[in-house]
Amino acid sequence: METYYNPKDLAKFAEMSEGAPELWKKFSSWYGAVFEDGALTAREKSLIALGVAHAVQCPYCIDAYTQDCLEKGADLDQMTEAVHVASAIRGGASLVHGVQMKNVNSKLTM
Amino acid sequence: MEIRHKSMKAFGETLADSKEQLKIINKSNGIPLFDEKYKLTGEEYLKTDKIEFMQINLGKMCNQVCKHCHVDAGPDRKEIMTKETMQLCLDALASSDIPTVDLTGGAPELNPNFKWFADEIKKLNRHLIVRSNLTILEANGFDNHTKFMADHNAEIISSLPYYKASFTDKQRGEGVFQKSIAAMKKLNSLGYAKEGTGLIFNLVYNPVGAFLPAAQESLERDYKRELQKNFDVYFNNLYTITNMPISRFLDYLIASNNYDSYMEKLVNAFNPAAAKNVMCKFTLSVSWDGYLYDCDFNQMLDLNLNHGAPRHIKDFNEDKLLNRKIITGQHCFGCTAGAGSSCGGATA
Repeated sequence: METYYNPKDLAKFAEMSEGAPELWKKFSSWYGAVFEDGALTAREKSLIALGVAHAVQCPYCIDAYTQDCLEKGADLDQMTEAVHVASAIRGGASLVHGVQMKNVNSKLTM
Repeated sequence: MEIRHKSMKAFGETLADSKEQLKIINKSNGIPLFDEKYKLTGEEYLKTDKIEFMQINLGKMCNQVCKHCHVDAGPDRKEIMTKETMQLCLDALASSDIPTVDLTGGAPELNPNFKWFADEIKKLNRHLIVRSNLTILEANGFDNHTKFMADHNAEIISSLPYYKASFTDKQRGEGVFQKSIAAMKKLNSLGYAKEGTGLIFNLVYNPVGAFLPAAQESLERDYKRELQKNFDVYFNNLYTITNMPISRFLDYLIASNNYDSYMEKLVNAFNPAAAKNVMCKFTLSVSWDGYLYDCDFNQMLDLNLNHGAPRHIKDFNEDKLLNRKIITGQHCFGCTAGAGSSCGGATA
């Protein structure tokens, strides 16, 4: 069945350079630098990326960063906790908007 | 995939036959040839520079049946080096300046002449490495092996695929992690990995699945921190090793439908700098029955030395073994991916 997402397309990411090579070059260089060891380790950054991948629900990023986390020495426990962090922020972000609902409710009801 | 209790050979599985393995790994599948890719190093072909290690496989018998084992070792394997073949190894060593002897298996301690052989090697003043799986040191009848190795100043190199039980036991068997920690405590109590004792104890990480190892230095920091904090155990260095697409790991790759993508990963990660320092350039590998190979992987694939080099330890001739052309195949991509892989860890 045809789908919008194809795992093989991940390998074609670099084709995004066509049409805007200079922008791609800047993106690639910045992207590479972001994930290097720094104040955070490369493994910690990869786990953050995995969490964000779940928050933005990008299947390419989930595929790539699950592999990357394993190759940075993370295990399933650490990756699962990263996904929980992303889920907690997503869930919390919805829930905290309940305050808006309560504000409107307070204003409109006796 | 469950942990086996016996080798693939015991079950008569097709992949227990090295020829069947070679048929699969040397199929092109659009993957470039290793020999062609190797030319990116600037060298025409892979050859031995010098022999720094004589790596001797004392036999395929092992008390563990790890999922990734390239030897297809297990308790059922009967191939064990005899004392006569050990003597041929000692004669060869005595006639050469090879500084280090690296004993592997299976579990080398299971060879009944292990202690005699180790003793004789030390009499020749060679540095001795024993690749111990740790759990054998906790087995009945092997309790004094740890002290024996300390007394002989043997460097110990042991696999521990993760600093937690989860990954370790998945690859090596239920309870292996706890037994390994117990053995490590024993080694530490004898002075292993303690400054000033000269007793070296190194660990080996290899991925528990179809992915490449993490960077050696950062993983070593994680291992040291976690093992010290949680278990109060110590080691010297961590070596990261890539799983070779042969034997039981090949079986896993095929069964889990990861074979093509894993090979692609290895080839895409080919690193000329890592390729320039692969261990076959400095190693002579001896099998349980005395045959000679470029490395333990070639040994398991029955890729005997060729190109005019002696094929058996009884014909040992260092001059003829130097500058020998190394037998290569598509499995060699396992040693040249990323930061490289060898029995001493990363090569780049």
